Amino acid sequence: MSADKKKPWSQPSAMAIPKGGYFPDKVEQGRYGPVFPKTPACYGFNIMAKIIPGREPVFYQYAKTIEAAVAATPDCLAILKLHYLRWIMFPIGGDTYFMYQGIFDTDFDKYTEDAVSLFGATGIDTVFENLEGFPTDWKTNAAAFVKFVREHQVPSFLEYGEYPFVSSEEIKKALRVKDSLSTMLDQMQ
Amino acid sequence: MLEFDDIQHILLTRTPALTGRYEFLSFRTAEAGRAWLQRMLDKVRSASAAGDAMAADQRWITIAFTFNGLRRLGVDEASLASFPEEFRQGMVARAQIIGDTGENHPDKWVDGTNNPDLHAIAILFARDAEGARRSTTEHAQFLSTCPDVQVLSSLDLEATPPFEYAHDHFGYRDRLSQPAIEGSGIAPTPGSPGPLKAGEFILGYPDEFNAKPDIPQPEALSRNGSFMAYRRMEEHVGRFRDFLQQQGNTPEEQELVAAKLMGRWRSGAPLTLAPLKDDPELGADPKRHNDFQYKEKDPVGYAVPLGSHIRRMNPRDTAPNMNRRSMIRRGATYGPYLPEGTQDDGKERGIAAFVICASLIRQYEFAQNVWVNDRNFHELENERDPFIGAHDGTMDFKIPKRPVRRKITGLPSFTTVRGGAYFFLPGIRALHWLASQGK
Repeated sequence: MSADKKKPWSQPSAMAIPKGGYFPDKVEQGRYGPVFPKTPACYGFNIMAKIIPGREPVFYQYAKTIEAAVAATPDCLAILKLHYLRWIMFPIGGDTYFMYQGIFDTDFDKYTEDAVSLFGATGIDTVFENLEGFPTDWKTNAAAFVKFVREHQVPSFLEYGEYPFVSSEEIKKALRVKDSLSTMLDQMQ
Repeated sequence: MLEFDDIQHILLTRTPALTGRYEFLSFRTAEAGRAWLQRMLDKVRSASAAGDAMAADQRWITIAFTFNGLRRLGVDEASLASFPEEFRQGMVARAQIIGDTGENHPDKWVDGTNNPDLHAIAILFARDAEGARRSTTEHAQFLSTCPDVQVLSSLDLEATPPFEYAHDHFGYRDRLSQPAIEGSGIAPTPGSPGPLKAGEFILGYPDEFNAKPDIPQPEALSRNGSFMAYRRMEEHVGRFRDFLQQQGNTPEEQELVAAKLMGRWRSGAPLTLAPLKDDPELGADPKRHNDFQYKEKDPVGYAVPLGSHIRRMNPRDTAPNMNRRSMIRRGATYGPYLPEGTQDDGKERGIAAFVICASLIRQYEFAQNVWVNDRNFHELENERDPFIGAHDGTMDFKIPKRPVRRKITGLPSFTTVRGGAYFFLPGIRALHWLASQGK
């Protein structure tokens, strides 16, 4: 289908991002500060922080909590318009660090308060409370929460998308169409 | 228990005002500001006092201050620093965030609200023209004795006919949904949110998330106060009517386009309940006109388009945490009525309104940034709120329809922001506290 050649999603694309994470001439201001740019890999964050020594077991327990929360309420994270989340622990020197990486369809700034409320509701807070420097008053102080997230955000310097700028809604829509088509073909047998 | 005797009436009471005037003030000195406030104190009614005297009262006064105004009155730096960042910055500095770009940019505002020397607003609401004239005259006489209080601008309010119900210059019925506050004694109408915790609107009370949200210090200043975003928005009535004429061959077709943009017929009847034909009786019935949801009955927007004004500003059961996004709206129309069939005279007319909430960033700015101006809200791709979004003639508006949707391209801007500011609305005791600073 030659028409597809012109569609942005049909053309894999990479974007080099300046040091600091922003394109200086087109920084968009969000409510809580500048918004990191949308790339062929959509919006995203990479939050890295040091784990309070000895607290690693909490993180493994937490993984089970989240697994159970999503199984019980599959749409419990829907409001964040996510593609993927990854939780990673890795050593630097003698310490353990934590990385929380997310790929979204909307800039995080827009739904900051929703994220804060989800934090408590799904139990995501339990790992963050075991990170050094996480504000103890995050529940009453959205600004402090946002400050921690921003201070620990490490921007990408390069991002790639095999099907650039496509939202997870669009992907699910396409899959639904494919499924109905397939069902229709089956029924025509 | 809400402290009704300390909360300014505007927060909890909708007065039967048809007219009035806003005065935007600047204090050359702290003493001048405090002296002005001192003299105004006994004129500002609390919610309980206004309620008691509602039948007899002809005029209602509300006073609020900008961040620079609080500083000018002598509030100390430690206290000032405890106010939220967005209020300290002010509406002008937040322009890009809330969509005040292009023709809406603060550099183009006409009423001096973009001046950092804006310190206070006096809202003079009146039942009728005579009351408005009296308030205006008395305030002018009083101000003539205060050489160090300067009026940066004022705005005369004017309801537009027919006066039987509130509506804007485009003719849409207004004041249809208002959140109910727990403990206020006012129950929500069917389909409206609430009752919501008072802390969503009034400082010093539990909110929907916290038993004890942080408030600015000292409490003597912040308790029973609130924040207020002011918007003066010109409505381009001629442009709107021309647009409707281009969009439909018959008056019925044009009226349907008007309804699709809003999500309601101009009578107030929601398209969810009256999808094909207007139902003015429904529009006027507070028991029914707000009683609907979207998720089950209208997920695709065949009745109320996903991008319509009411579906953006209140997505109801199709957005999370709605109990944290509620706002109280007050205000009025201004400028001369433009009768149907009359050439636009180019005079400024519009809405001058206040949005009142406990957190400007979480409630007001969220609505502006996401609901109004996110081009991709609800995956709409290239749309903004058709009435109050930032428009430059490049946006679309999609009307879902079977078998094929209708897409309007190059939507014109029907409104332009002409002024705006963030105010802090102190409680009655806090007004006394402010007047006595420096003593």
